[in-house]
Amino acid sequence: MVSFVLNGNPVESSAEDDTSLLWVIRDELGLKGTKYGCGIAMCGACTVHIDGLAVRSCSYPVKQAEGKTITTIEGLGNQHPLQQAWIDEQVPQCGYCQSGQIMQAATLLKHYPSPSDEQITTHMNGNLCRCMAYHRIKKAIKRAASQSDTVDTSNGVNHYIPDDSPSAQSDMVNKEISE
Amino acid sequence: MNLFHRHRQNATNKQQTDDSQVVDHSRRDLLIGTVNATLMIAFAPTALSQQAPADVVLASKSFSPTIWYEIDETGTIKVNIIRAEMGQHVGTALAKIVAEELGANWQDVIIDHVDTDPKWGMMVTGGSWSVFQSYQPLSRAGAAGRELLLEAGAKHLGVSKGDCIAKDSQIVCGNNRVSFATLIKEHAFNKQISADALKEYPIKSRQHYAIIGKQSQALDIPPKVNGTAVYGIDVEIPNMLYARPVVPPTRFGNKVKHVDDTDAKAIKGYKGYKILTDPSGWLEGWVAVYATHYPAAIKAVDSIRVTYHPNPKADVSEADMQEHGHALISQPENGALLVDVGSTHEAQSKHSKHIEATYTTSTALHFQLEPVNAIAEFKDGTWHLHSGNQWQSLTLPEVAKALEVDQANVVIHQYYLGGGFGRRLFGDYIIPAALAAKAMNQPVKMIFTREDDAYFDQPRSPSVSYFKGTIDANSSVAAVEHRFTAGWPTKAMAPGFLADSKDGKKKIDMFSASGSDHWYSLPNNKVLVYNNDLAQQTFVPGWLRSVGPGWIMWSVESFMDELAHATKQDPAAFRRQLLTAEGRQSGSEPHAVGGAARLRNVLDILTKKVDTQQSLPKNEGIGIALTFGQERSMPTWVALAAHVSVSPTSGKVTVKKLTCVVDCGIVVHPDGAMAQMEGSLLWGVSLALHESTEYKHGQVASNNLHNYSPLRMKDVPDMDISFVDSDEFPVGLGEPGTTVVAPAIGNAIFNATGVRLRALPMTPKQVKMAMNSASSDTDKGVTA
Repeated sequence: MVSFVLNGNPVESSAEDDTSLLWVIRDELGLKGTKYGCGIAMCGACTVHIDGLAVRSCSYPVKQAEGKTITTIEGLGNQHPLQQAWIDEQVPQCGYCQSGQIMQAATLLKHYPSPSDEQITTHMNGNLCRCMAYHRIKKAIKRAASQSDTVDTSNGVNHYIPDDSPSAQSDMVNKEISE
Repeated sequence: MNLFHRHRQNATNKQQTDDSQVVDHSRRDLLIGTVNATLMIAFAPTALSQQAPADVVLASKSFSPTIWYEIDETGTIKVNIIRAEMGQHVGTALAKIVAEELGANWQDVIIDHVDTDPKWGMMVTGGSWSVFQSYQPLSRAGAAGRELLLEAGAKHLGVSKGDCIAKDSQIVCGNNRVSFATLIKEHAFNKQISADALKEYPIKSRQHYAIIGKQSQALDIPPKVNGTAVYGIDVEIPNMLYARPVVPPTRFGNKVKHVDDTDAKAIKGYKGYKILTDPSGWLEGWVAVYATHYPAAIKAVDSIRVTYHPNPKADVSEADMQEHGHALISQPENGALLVDVGSTHEAQSKHSKHIEATYTTSTALHFQLEPVNAIAEFKDGTWHLHSGNQWQSLTLPEVAKALEVDQANVVIHQYYLGGGFGRRLFGDYIIPAALAAKAMNQPVKMIFTREDDAYFDQPRSPSVSYFKGTIDANSSVAAVEHRFTAGWPTKAMAPGFLADSKDGKKKIDMFSASGSDHWYSLPNNKVLVYNNDLAQQTFVPGWLRSVGPGWIMWSVESFMDELAHATKQDPAAFRRQLLTAEGRQSGSEPHAVGGAARLRNVLDILTKKVDTQQSLPKNEGIGIALTFGQERSMPTWVALAAHVSVSPTSGKVTVKKLTCVVDCGIVVHPDGAMAQMEGSLLWGVSLALHESTEYKHGQVASNNLHNYSPLRMKDVPDMDISFVDSDEFPVGLGEPGTTVVAPAIGNAIFNATGVRLRALPMTPKQVKMAMNSASSDTDKGVTA
């Protein structure tokens, strides 16, 4: 039995140790926003945050998740500035890669609140968008980065922190931020 | 809003009718009636609509009207969408057409992607057809609804109908207004409009548009940024088993000899295997492997050893198919005649200067990011299949055949598609899921791994194209002969859609031939099309985004450049003077108004934006190309300039900028149109420079991203895309962009280096080889 924190909630998995975290999240724990694309960590559709780092869950054995804090697209609670920027820039086409794109981009903004073009490309190059909405992905990341009024950058982390909804999820986000 | 919220009241009411494949709106009446406090607007066959008043017919279950849209008493307008959502925001574009004519407030509009049911008629999403085919029926249905609401609204306000307008979901007369919702609550609508009468309903002209052509957000985007959008792979049903197929070593001719699952038995959750027998004939030598969870099924397949009977077809390679293609097109007498203008052979014997060139393209994969998958469940006498699919009308009969049941007992439930690009047109991946469920007598969710998906792809066929251009004494083009071959998707999957050759003697897959029937006025022009039967026997050739024009335009527009250079003319000016728009190139009402003149227009706009003659740094070049998209009968006029730089040391081609001018008639959903152009142009870059595989031993050699490399963010060029302001009929946008990039890049490489590339993709290795042989060859420009 493996125990970890998923989107703020303690969870357990009875999957075999070598089962990839992706299928545990999707099929055992029922969160379908994280996608299966290539299974070899080369497309990025399965990207989640593990202890604040963007990780390809398809190639991450669940055993290693023991005690870790994991965030999926659902854990952003529809309140991350990247999600609104993705809508404002009308980024998704088929949308299948976008959970992974957003999770990947979130860790970029965490470390580089105002990323350059080159930093965006370097950070995002491992995430394949088969519809090739690359221009809009780049634009949306810049838009989210530029919206300093909706972004709490006081601790160097660009998560939107709603002041009127202290939910478990945003608590979790806060906790992750403070790490 | 839940895009896939369904209303099931019609789901059990399935009638097979003879015309279930095609809904001919000229034989259908429009019914408008109030049913359960909802205004329904539907098309119904005339014979049925004459049996009773519209409201009675709409409420009855005795037939299946095609309900285009409905407005409930809260004023919510639901537009039913029969097209698949695979990234093109199609529901948004189609709903905008209805909402425009209706006079709706866009905020009141929701969409519903419906399941298969014969009442919807032909269900297909492909060919860049959706807006093109739906524009008129949806406009007229919207207009008819508006007129009825105007009548009711005028009565309600006590004014004359002529003084009222429909706007923002209200009927407005001066300062008085009444909402659609109020009218629907108060009035019982009951109206039947014949097909002829419907044509008389006024449709707005473009200057009055409030919704079409205006910026708005796509309705499918919000669920795609928070993980709630439901794709086929996300569906679960109670009591289902997971399955993964053992995909046989080649597409055809396999028969299972023995299955050894000794090692699999040690895997926790493994539930055994079944050898599948497929009465539809699509699957040969398939094994389904079952487990309680998918990772166990992945592992089990990896540990199971399946042996097959010897397969004589199992050794075909890419080179075999290409050599066969070269041999086929060397025999003029065997080609299917598509274009025959003037007398090409006479011109060829009259003049002595000829330019010949042969172009090839490699096999390419769809690599839609969601690997194919399906759930099959038999419940209450009906097979329920849950899977994203583009051409349900083609898929459903084959699934029924495989299951040996009547088509009326099969329903395909639609979901978001994690990429279509043509792979999900014929849903052959539903067949193994259905057979696996039947064999196990239990619901089954079958998922293909990425590798399985690649091996079971319907790839873009390798192709060979040969040109012979004849130049007269005045350095004008006297004749062009064009012969080309590839595997034909339509022959493999929908043979009923093959067209007759010009002389009626042979069949042609127009999806694999369009583009060769171009809009240049040549005095003598002959086009012969050949099916590569070896490709056809080796795999199922796929409709890959834009299909034939994807590789045909590459050869046509590269050869146009070769002709321009051979006659020492500027490539843009050379093309321009051949776009006379005379005779057969003058276009036709209503879809191809203007003909070649509109292609000339986009070229002129492009050459004003981009100075193709400008002096550039060493190893940089600008090349142009034109396309008319998918079909002569539905032309999307596109001109493109590609600015590239070529590394003389590595051979790597960097696309610095694409400048594109598009005339697609009326632009219904501007941001969606722009997204389609952005994506399709980058697909063009990807297929020109990055993507290819090859057949080895009857199977593709690439199976995942370590050996198949679609374009990534670091190689994305700057793009400047503009649309011509147009009142003409709206045509398709999903594919045309993919067809025009490769030739523009090839032409730019020639301008940068003097090297002519004639094989796709143009990899650094190929570019380098061509540059090396050019520098060691005084006959520059005749290489690759």
